Amino acid sequence: MSQMFSSKNLKLLTNPLNLENPITVQVLGICSALAVTVKMKPAFVMALSVIIVTAFSNLIISTLRKSIPVRIRIIVQLVVVASLVIIVDQVLKAFVYDVSKQLSVFVGLIITNCILMGRLEAFAMANKPWESFIDGIGNGIGYGWILIAVSFVREFLGSGSVFGFPVMEKIGAYSIGYVNNGLMIMPPAALIIVGVIIWIQRSRTKSLIEKE
Amino acid sequence: MENHINLFVSSVFVNNMVFAYFLGMCSYLAVSKTVKTAVGLGAAVIFVMIITIPVNYLLEKYLLVEGALTWISPKLAELDLSFLSFIMFIAVIAAIVQLVEMIVERFSPSLYNSLGIFLPLIAVNCAILGGALFMQQKEFSTVWESATFALGSGIGWAIAIIALAALREKMKYSNVPAPLRGLGITFILVGLMAMAFMGFMGFKI
Repeated sequence: MSQMFSSKNLKLLTNPLNLENPITVQVLGICSALAVTVKMKPAFVMALSVIIVTAFSNLIISTLRKSIPVRIRIIVQLVVVASLVIIVDQVLKAFVYDVSKQLSVFVGLIITNCILMGRLEAFAMANKPWESFIDGIGNGIGYGWILIAVSFVREFLGSGSVFGFPVMEKIGAYSIGYVNNGLMIMPPAALIIVGVIIWIQRSRTKSLIEKE
Repeated sequence: MENHINLFVSSVFVNNMVFAYFLGMCSYLAVSKTVKTAVGLGAAVIFVMIITIPVNYLLEKYLLVEGALTWISPKLAELDLSFLSFIMFIAVIAAIVQLVEMIVERFSPSLYNSLGIFLPLIAVNCAILGGALFMQQKEFSTVWESATFALGSGIGWAIAIIALAALREKMKYSNVPAPLRGLGITFILVGLMAMAFMGFMGFKI
């Protein structure tokens, strides 16, 4: 047990949260990160789905890695990922139908989410199943927290609520003339917020600044 | 005809794949450093899009939806295989990309040399799968409508990447704050472009 959670393995879990964040540093999986962040609830469900799919696809591909022929590995990876995504999609449709409607095509697009292919190629094809599983969870969480952060800003400023709870209405901000910022629920806001998150992260961690 | 023009204009400008749905963002940000490569990738996306979306449309209509299999035997009328659509779309896209690559290599080596490295990248470009999934969601009545949608979405994506590449080439000469350099400023730039594209909202012919 102690070996399963050695410091090396813990690093796999914590590195993607900041120094190797899939979105802000590796530039993977941006499409869905921007599109599902208007409200916090769909963003949370999406983050959870991606964590599950990355963890288990990493686990499966890593278990099979010695028997996959190199030439057709992309198709094998896509089939494994697509099957996992179908399971997630059917579960979402069965239990949280309204969220699944809001996420529309973006659940299906987890298949081509570059985080998955990126981690499968870069990590799972070369490492043992347990490490790959942890790496999948770590990267899923790294992706998830950016999603939650972006959706918090967009929902709070754009709709005046947090997780659907109308904060601004409860504290009476509207009656003194507060108005929601309509731009926040539009697509451009997501891009600019991610840009600002990158800005903050890189001014705190100088090693991430790009060379000219 | 009017319907087709409307569909085309709306998929190029109003519902632009990049600015309205953020599809194909990974390669959009990674391959937009110079105009030349951006044109190559844009052309490859248009090309693959107008082949895969109509093919996926036909396969879905005659294989997957409820009652689609009646042409084999009336007994299969109640079979609904639409939950398999993800796996079929992605398999079709991966196979067609491979096929297109081989055909282009055989018949037009010069085109192959300019598109070459981008074709395999496209199999995992979410704009292509996204196009197929939107096609499924919009429930087009004929295969021609799906082809128009495919052409429009492809051109919209190509316009977006070429425009961004041109801007990034110019940006080399500007003084960007160090932590914002590279990825950060590109995000903000795309955000501003998306704001400009919001001007097309509600636009109809």
